[in-house]
Amino acid sequence: MNIHEYQGKQVLKEYGVAVPEGKVAFTVEEAVAAAESLGSPVCVVKAQIHAGGRGKAGGVKVAKSIEEVRTYAQELLGKVLVTHQTGPEGKEIKRLLIEQGCDIQKEYYIGVVIDRATGRVVMMASEEGGTEIEEVAEKTPEKIFREAIDPAVGLQPFQARKLAYAINIPTKLVNKAAQFMMSLYTAFVDKDCSIAEINPLVVTGDGQVMALDAKLNFDSNALFRHPEILELRDLAEENEKEIEASKFDLSYIALDGNIGCMVNGAGLAMATMDIIKYYGGEPANFLDVGGGATTEKVTEAFKIILSDENVKGIFINIFGGIMRCDVIANGVVEAAKQVGLSRPLVVRLEGTNVDLGKQILAESGLNIVAADSMADGAQKIVALV
Amino acid sequence: MSILVDKHTKVITQGITGATGLFHTKGALDYGTQMVGGVTPGKGGTTVDITLENGENVSLPVFNTVIEAKEKTGATASVIYVPPAFAADSIMEAVDAELDLVICITEGIPVLDMVKVSRYMEGKKTVLIGPNCPGVITPGECKIGIMPGYIHKPGYVGVVSRSGTLTYEAVHQLSTRGIGQSSAVGIGGDPVKGSEFIDILKMFNEDPNTRAVIMIGEIGGTAEEEAAEWIQANMTKPVVGFIGGATAPPGKRMGHAGAIISGGKGTAAEKIAKLESCGIKVAPTPSEMGSTLVEVLEERGLLSECTTH
Repeated sequence: MNIHEYQGKQVLKEYGVAVPEGKVAFTVEEAVAAAESLGSPVCVVKAQIHAGGRGKAGGVKVAKSIEEVRTYAQELLGKVLVTHQTGPEGKEIKRLLIEQGCDIQKEYYIGVVIDRATGRVVMMASEEGGTEIEEVAEKTPEKIFREAIDPAVGLQPFQARKLAYAINIPTKLVNKAAQFMMSLYTAFVDKDCSIAEINPLVVTGDGQVMALDAKLNFDSNALFRHPEILELRDLAEENEKEIEASKFDLSYIALDGNIGCMVNGAGLAMATMDIIKYYGGEPANFLDVGGGATTEKVTEAFKIILSDENVKGIFINIFGGIMRCDVIANGVVEAAKQVGLSRPLVVRLEGTNVDLGKQILAESGLNIVAADSMADGAQKIVALV
Repeated sequence: MSILVDKHTKVITQGITGATGLFHTKGALDYGTQMVGGVTPGKGGTTVDITLENGENVSLPVFNTVIEAKEKTGATASVIYVPPAFAADSIMEAVDAELDLVICITEGIPVLDMVKVSRYMEGKKTVLIGPNCPGVITPGECKIGIMPGYIHKPGYVGVVSRSGTLTYEAVHQLSTRGIGQSSAVGIGGDPVKGSEFIDILKMFNEDPNTRAVIMIGEIGGTAEEEAAEWIQANMTKPVVGFIGGATAPPGKRMGHAGAIISGGKGTAAEKIAKLESCGIKVAPTPSEMGSTLVEVLEERGLLSECTTH
């Protein structure tokens, strides 16, 4: 789960991670009031959307007066910001972070991730702050330093100092930087983050080491023990159909194509998208109905797929293992009757009770095209849309 | 021969009194697996009574702790159907009891819990499969997990996969072509897990009854790339691959917690290129996993000995 920068900074602040003073604003008036209460000669007006690349896209403005704060807030609120991470449709700016300006001496990068290969949390640091870490990794990988952290003892001060020295933090600020990293690691583990990225970390003219930006992602599997983080979820930043699907425990991701997919199992669902593309079609979504698909779930999945106007046909691909094909077939027939089936439907059933399942579909009177294999089904639906 | 499990493997179920644990314990018994008991803290001393498909009644003892279950039943393996919040603890309990094999089916365990588990397991003897996996099956001998047993046939091809349903798909394609399997292992879709591809490939390489392997990967991480290099350097048997997620958009978690392209890394295209550069034939579509393996078996003159039924 993603949260906004201002929320991330609030979370980090609780752990003693230094961040600039700032306030969130939903309106121009709130933005002006926030700037006034900060009393800073320079304020930064930052668009709050769940995507990176805001600065380059014009979503971050430096205001030297209250009037400028007003102008920038008016300009940004309601504007659709297109960054390299939002896609061409962009994201509407509904919230601003009004923040104290600071005297930046130099920018650095600090990231905390989970390294799959070692099964450890790894802290990464680089002197190349402000640049995307992927770009640094590509062009100058020698400028990225890593410390793998033993979960039994946590990040040790010597590891933090090693990183701080490696990225040339000014000597007199090394301990401050190390403290920053220790606090960041504690926050990461305590809140079950999956990524914590501080880009840039800055040292200021008055000797501060602070997070100028903060990107925190949280492990969805761990949200059950973090109701306080779940409260920070901004539904306006998420796809409506994905929200609807999550209510029914369906794993759904919207895509750009015109062939709706309903599949059991995440791997098979991904592979179904791939095979549609292979035969020249474009999948409209990823949808895993899970191993225990009930009639209700199948019906809801149908409704969500059909609510996408781009969908010109549906491909259902089920490998019935524990879930029997006759149960799935009944679910499909019931759902199709309930929601009305006006677009082509290709169904490929395989596995337990497959013959019974096929018979149920054939006798339903519905206009369902049966397929013998994934390849057959994919070719048939591509031909029909 | 086979890997990990066979007809002699004695298995306990952790979380046996829950609906899922009970359902799949019965499924394993129906298949012929030697299920010898279960663990549910607080329910020790009771029994779980199961009527099998063939009408036979089985009564399994329930214990409070894994160590007690191991001592009383002689079990060497356990399967975990405990809810995600408690599953990491269950894995560590089984490791502490020094079982040979622990298979964790549970999906949705917090990643940082698995980071602790992986640290805890260092230097311990137990092999962990999963979490978030379908389990392990040696056809005709032992089924531990949630896979449909009947699609599998005994034979000589090993299957290892990050995805459950794609494993079934591959097995089905093999079985319908008359090609049986030595063992099929689902290593699971989580980013931090027990056994990786290389661990299982090593076992298949050393198993005299495995003649070839299908490896099914997906987007996210670099385990397939590492496996490809290992195969090129060490594997004496042909391996055929498939990688799911060529059309997955970056930054989105595709169902599995581990199936995500992050920072432009872990794409299907990169993985396929790496596999091919290491001499591994990759099936162009998931429908062709079986036929691609058949082609390779023919090239190597292994088809007739791998055709089992």
